Amino acid sequence: MNIEQQDFYTQAILSMAALIGLASFLMLGQGRLLRLIFVFALQGLLLTLTAALSAYSLNNHHLYISAGLTLVLKVMFIPWMLRRQVLAMHMNRDVEALENKTLVMLGGASLMVFSYYVLHPIVQSSSTIMVNALAVSLSIVLLGMLLMISHRQAVAHVVGFMSIENGLFFAAIVATNGMPMVVELGIAFDVLVAAVLFGIFFFHIRTSIDSLDVDRLNRLNEVDQ
Amino acid sequence: MIAAYMLLLIPFLGIVFFGLTGHRDDTGKVNIGFNTLSFLASVWLAVKVLNIGSLYSADQAFLIDSFNVYLIMLTAFVGLTTSIFSGPYMAHEKELGKLNDRRLKLYYSMYQGFMLAMYLVLTTNNMGVMWVAMEGATLATVLLVSLYRTPESIEAAWKYFILCGVGIAQALFGTILLYYAAVQIGDSEHALLWSVLYENADKLNPDILKIAFVFLLIGYGTKIGLVPLHNWLPDAHSEGPTPMSAVLSGLLLNDALYAVVRNKMLVDGATQNNSAGLLMMGFGLLSFLVAAVFLHRQKDIKRLFSYSSIEHMGIMTFAFGMGGPLATFAALLHMTVHSLTKSAIFVTVGHAAQVAGTQDIKKIRGLIKTQPKIGWGLLIGTVAIAGFPPFGVFTSEFLVLLATMHNYPWLAPLLLLGIGIAFAGLFRHIQPMVFGEQPEGQMPVKANLWPVMLHLGLVFWLGLAIPDFLANWFSQATLLISGTTPL
Repeated sequence: MNIEQQDFYTQAILSMAALIGLASFLMLGQGRLLRLIFVFALQGLLLTLTAALSAYSLNNHHLYISAGLTLVLKVMFIPWMLRRQVLAMHMNRDVEALENKTLVMLGGASLMVFSYYVLHPIVQSSSTIMVNALAVSLSIVLLGMLLMISHRQAVAHVVGFMSIENGLFFAAIVATNGMPMVVELGIAFDVLVAAVLFGIFFFHIRTSIDSLDVDRLNRLNEVDQ
Repeated sequence: MIAAYMLLLIPFLGIVFFGLTGHRDDTGKVNIGFNTLSFLASVWLAVKVLNIGSLYSADQAFLIDSFNVYLIMLTAFVGLTTSIFSGPYMAHEKELGKLNDRRLKLYYSMYQGFMLAMYLVLTTNNMGVMWVAMEGATLATVLLVSLYRTPESIEAAWKYFILCGVGIAQALFGTILLYYAAVQIGDSEHALLWSVLYENADKLNPDILKIAFVFLLIGYGTKIGLVPLHNWLPDAHSEGPTPMSAVLSGLLLNDALYAVVRNKMLVDGATQNNSAGLLMMGFGLLSFLVAAVFLHRQKDIKRLFSYSSIEHMGIMTFAFGMGGPLATFAALLHMTVHSLTKSAIFVTVGHAAQVAGTQDIKKIRGLIKTQPKIGWGLLIGTVAIAGFPPFGVFTSEFLVLLATMHNYPWLAPLLLLGIGIAFAGLFRHIQPMVFGEQPEGQMPVKANLWPVMLHLGLVFWLGLAIPDFLANWFSQATLLISGTTPL
């Protein structure tokens, strides 16, 4: 079925999926930390809109709560905290040199194709929107992991970690109209605690190696010194 | 059902209490008190299950059946004995100046937080809440791993946080897929309840569940410590405080495996074959063999035993994956005896490291001469974990081997080889530590070894005979998991 023949809700969700996926790619190629955090907040905002849209179109009121939680946590609190850390460390002008940007971006693109391939067996039993939404959210998860592998700063790792959560949240809204309330609240609580813990860890890593470059955390390994 | 609520309420009160009152000299004893109460609640729960069978709470949010009731009791028991050990141990660390009152406050409140998360994983009937509790356990223990605030411990905690966080996010994706499959057949309100899913497992879409299980296995497998996702485990165990290693090895790994097995039961119901099990067998066998080899090259005594944990979790995953009544029964038994033995070993290892003032294997020597009780405790514990008769680990490993010879005879030599390599790896390190010449500078420490004796006594007993009620639970759980009883 062509996209023009779908109803408005489906079209809107598919566009959102595309935009959120795009945001992940933007993050992947980003060398400046403040811009990375900005794009992350933008992705959070898109998620909030998706949740609100879903809540309105499907008359599913508990999704408004999820949207509110996302807005407060992922658009405001976490970007604010990360930004404060970056400014405190004077890392806002640092450009993080990615080892091989082209290769990383190509890797990201392959991961997206891979996500569609993995979820292919579900196609027969689902609508377009489900398959697209699930595949996009899986690729956001994988892109978040790639972001963590390719970047060296702890701040970028946290952004990657949180964007993985974004991908999962997107899957939960679109594919299943949100998880049961108790689970959503629990997940939001976990994300909040994790964010606070990350803040604490930045402080400790900074005092212990005088930088947030995680590559320098390399004392523990199985290789003979 | 009140007992289950009590079980969750007590550690919660514990967090609040320790958080509010801060650390005093008797906090270790209060911690024992809280764990005693939890243990009593778990015994109460066990007695009820023994008398009337599976329990459901009114809103079906909690489920206690024969599969999780013994794990609940085991969790409460190991939590209690470890708290008995951790009081004097932590006091000693404070005397050495490694910790201060604020860190100890953090330690005790997070200890209760960890116990709360463990009880929630085991009692909940909701697969989503199970995930939340599992992630909660990570968050509670991350601060404990970095308790000493050394660069190494910060690094270990960061690795643990990132790897387990990302890993377990995969499990959430698996859970979302499971939910997606479930809402297609029923109402969304109860679609994540395990009891509902289990009854309707044959109606779930097998294609979706197969994909979901891959994510669930990778996700919870990170927490089980399956190779190649095991990197965080030796670091976290070696750098965190020793009582925490005991509960991590004894409880956390078990509970993660419990989550995988619960999910496997659903997938088996949907696919009507053992494709999920084959995946578990592969991961389990790989973990088992790799960890056995890595045992040989360890220099740190706590890392040594954390690799031994990976090895044993590998055996359990392998056995659960193989399925069938005998292997499942063996895996359930192995979960119990491994928890008891491993937590006892970590208690003695903690004391041994305090005696020598280091965790370096080369510098720990002649324990039997310095402090015979610790030396013998370590030796007997190692004998038990290496799978010597008549300890319980021998029984369960023997049963796994038997089941392997019956179902997959060509894998049995690999299993035997692994056990042999692991045995050699453990004893080449332990022998000089226990019997070697006593070096300068060792000082006896005040050790409380009766938790060790109790645990090893129980493992010895389980090797000779399994009490009726436990055997009964094991067979019922086996019936639940594999469809037939072993006896």
